[in-house]
Amino acid sequence: MSTFILLTITGFGLGAMYFLIASGLSLIYGLMGVLNFAHGAFISVGSYGTWWFSAHVFDGIHSILLQWLLSSLVGLGLGAVFAGLVELVLIRPLYTRHMEQVLVTVGLSIAFVALIQGIWGTDPKTFPVPPWLHETTTIAGAHIPNDRWIEIATAAVVLCLLRLFLRRTRYGLIIRAGVENRAMVQALGIDVRRAFTVVFAIGGVAAAVAGVLSGVYFNDVSPDQGTNLLIFAFIVVVIGGLGSIGGSAAAATVVALTQQYTNYYASSGVGDMVVVLLLGLVLLARPRGLAGAVVGARA
Amino acid sequence: MSATATRTLLSVRDLHVLLGQSHVLQGVSFDVPEGGVTALLGRNGVGKTTTLRAILGLVGRRGSVRLADEELTLLPTHRIVQRSVGYVPEDRDVFTGLTVAENLRLAERDAEPRYDLVYDLFPDLEARAAQRAGTLSGGQQQMLAIARALLNHNRVLLVDEPTKGLAPSLVAEVADVLERLAQLTTVLLVEQNLGVVRRLAQRAIVLDQGRVVHTSEARELLERPELVRRLLSVGHAA
Amino acid sequence: MTRRALLSDWLVPLAVFGVLALVPAAHISIPKLFDQPVASPGTLQLLAACLLFGGLALTYDLQFGFTGLLSFGHALYIAIGVYLSNVAITDWHWSFWQAVLFTMAVAFVLANVLGFVSMRVGGIAFAMVTLAFAQAGAVLALKDPHHWTHGEEGLGADYTKLPKAFVGILNTKNLYWLALAFLAFVFFVVRWAVESSPGRVWQAIRENEQRVEVLGMRPHVYKLQSFVLSSTLAAAGGVVYMLLYSGSTLAVTAPNFTLSLLLMVVIGGAGSRWGAVLGGILYTYLNDRLVAVGSSSAVGGLPAALRTPLEQPLFLLGAIFILIVFFLPGGLVGIASRGRPVGLRRLQEAIRPEHGLTAPQEDA
Repeated sequence: MSTFILLTITGFGLGAMYFLIASGLSLIYGLMGVLNFAHGAFISVGSYGTWWFSAHVFDGIHSILLQWLLSSLVGLGLGAVFAGLVELVLIRPLYTRHMEQVLVTVGLSIAFVALIQGIWGTDPKTFPVPPWLHETTTIAGAHIPNDRWIEIATAAVVLCLLRLFLRRTRYGLIIRAGVENRAMVQALGIDVRRAFTVVFAIGGVAAAVAGVLSGVYFNDVSPDQGTNLLIFAFIVVVIGGLGSIGGSAAAATVVALTQQYTNYYASSGVGDMVVVLLLGLVLLARPRGLAGAVVGARA
Repeated sequence: MSATATRTLLSVRDLHVLLGQSHVLQGVSFDVPEGGVTALLGRNGVGKTTTLRAILGLVGRRGSVRLADEELTLLPTHRIVQRSVGYVPEDRDVFTGLTVAENLRLAERDAEPRYDLVYDLFPDLEARAAQRAGTLSGGQQQMLAIARALLNHNRVLLVDEPTKGLAPSLVAEVADVLERLAQLTTVLLVEQNLGVVRRLAQRAIVLDQGRVVHTSEARELLERPELVRRLLSVGHAA
Repeated sequence: MTRRALLSDWLVPLAVFGVLALVPAAHISIPKLFDQPVASPGTLQLLAACLLFGGLALTYDLQFGFTGLLSFGHALYIAIGVYLSNVAITDWHWSFWQAVLFTMAVAFVLANVLGFVSMRVGGIAFAMVTLAFAQAGAVLALKDPHHWTHGEEGLGADYTKLPKAFVGILNTKNLYWLALAFLAFVFFVVRWAVESSPGRVWQAIRENEQRVEVLGMRPHVYKLQSFVLSSTLAAAGGVVYMLLYSGSTLAVTAPNFTLSLLLMVVIGGAGSRWGAVLGGILYTYLNDRLVAVGSSSAVGGLPAALRTPLEQPLFLLGAIFILIVFFLPGGLVGIASRGRPVGLRRLQEAIRPEHGLTAPQEDA
């Protein structure tokens, strides 16, 4: 029983990270039709940015918590800026050239990983986190590492913030409408392209958060962490439906839990395979993803 | 209104549109005078909707579209619309995931959107402000689509088959609204329902196979049934 | 056959391959390009790899550049070629030819099954499904539930079972000729296939799949043909790979492996006669040599900010790839065909959002 609880909470923690990555991907694909392979780079900007600032700028700060928080904030900021720049410089000029957009993000992901490897090597780096995060809390006999709580809480907060943004702000309105029918938004006199940059920046921040958290979860940051997480995020996006935040959250939970349970109760690795095959199966059965209907009927 | 010489508001010259392999518009040219309703007529598939979309830049096109003195083909769609060109698309294209109020809010362009006018004409929409547009009936969605365009001051309004698929009572309601609209702005109306055309339009332009084949006062055209049959009847699909 | 066609279809390729075949006999050195004389085992190994990847890139181009199928899982079939042949020979003690035949059969069947299933969707969704299958294979190879693939360690080939001609350093030139033979074989097969009547349908599908459907043909059947041919040829290349590197490792299962093929094809020029081959050769060469350039004294003197990226071949290759996508969609080969739509310009249909994984509609 205690193992089950541990698996479940860990599943939620992992699902939290998947959600953070998938939410941005989902909005970007839903609004712009761009499947952003460079999202892994945003994750790495978050994780490496945090590590670098933690090790080189804020290393003098006495409170580890403060050091970590400040470094993370910088990491998030860098994620937003980097993502916005990618959209402006690489994606926007290729408007309506979907093939080239996909290819450019693929090229960027390859080049970026290589760049990180070149600058900082392939060895994983660690950044200091409050020791409390490495301790465990016992629930019904299960020893839960405390970082899981942070991941779950962060994802919940981001989920709420995203929903608020989408429902209460003008850009949120534009994005929700644009996901449904981009041409009509233009026909209302609104320049949707500005929303593109916003959506990329949001995706960048969320991915950077995932990067920071993955540094905690895996206890280190490495060049290929971003790309490894990305494939699971793709699965979540497809299953959860494009442009649907709620769908991403639900799908992330399903995927992560399935992965955890199957990896343990069947055998290690089978969970990963099952989840990956799930991607294929869902696509074949329902090309819109499970929550496609949430976004609204299309012509 | 038709007797006096009127200014040309919208001037389309030699418009060509290629959709896939199909040369849909093959040099469409016409003028829309300021004020009143100009009807754009033709059988199914001749390119009426494409013409409106081409004016707005929603499809790639070659040719010239001038609004007063300005060349619209140089501008991206959202800028064209910002030049006070309103659009009520075929199939309405309301955002089904958004509420009625949100649909309207999104459409706001002017500093002072004309909500009182909209709610005066469409009290039903005011009552349903919080309802998701996807749950509205076809007629209500049509009203929302028109309301959207009414919210802002437009110099010209492009309206595409507003009565399509509506019950006769709704058709009359829509025609009422359009009549009100025509008092406020110039309307370029694509419409298959000749009763509506007869009621609303001063001018008529007929398309066939991607070209303009007839231009006249609306009354002149509609009073000649054999002409109507030749140009507009369903029997001779392109 | 016109004079022009005779020249470009037969004489030029044969001449090119003929010249390449003479390389191991050429006692020359090209110090700028290679550390050692051209006919030395080290250089021949590199050249063999270049030719092999030229061929592998061409197998990928068959479905991507010629049929408009964007797959992220092509490496799966190469991996099958690499792993299955090796495992059959080394672990199961089959004879070389038994192993090769078995491998090709498995690849053919799998390509049919997975291809058929994947083609229920198109565009990006198809790409994701192929990625999913390839990833599943990669996980399988890594976790190795039945101790077939040997996971992270990989499996060195049992050289006593391999044809003597391909074993030993002195026989590197035979491996070179094998790689060249593979490239030539793929070249002529692809050329023949593309110009056959199904091949013309593939190209029509690339331009506009809906039209093909409207004309009464079923695109799925033709796409599957292209996919299966492409994947089976790739598996054959996998066998050559296994011989060239004397074993099987996880490197061929990484998603980056398929992506590198994509880079090769685009850099060279998608859907053109020589583009993929050129891209494969160039990419493989640069990937190998840029490391050497990076640690050379010339680059060593540069400031760290410039030096570090240059030391990473994948960074440069990725950057070149991006530049080509932006400015030279026809690839390097496209430089010679200014004006005509080539390469990526012909592939817009392949990735229209309507083909499964519904997303926003297309405007203008």
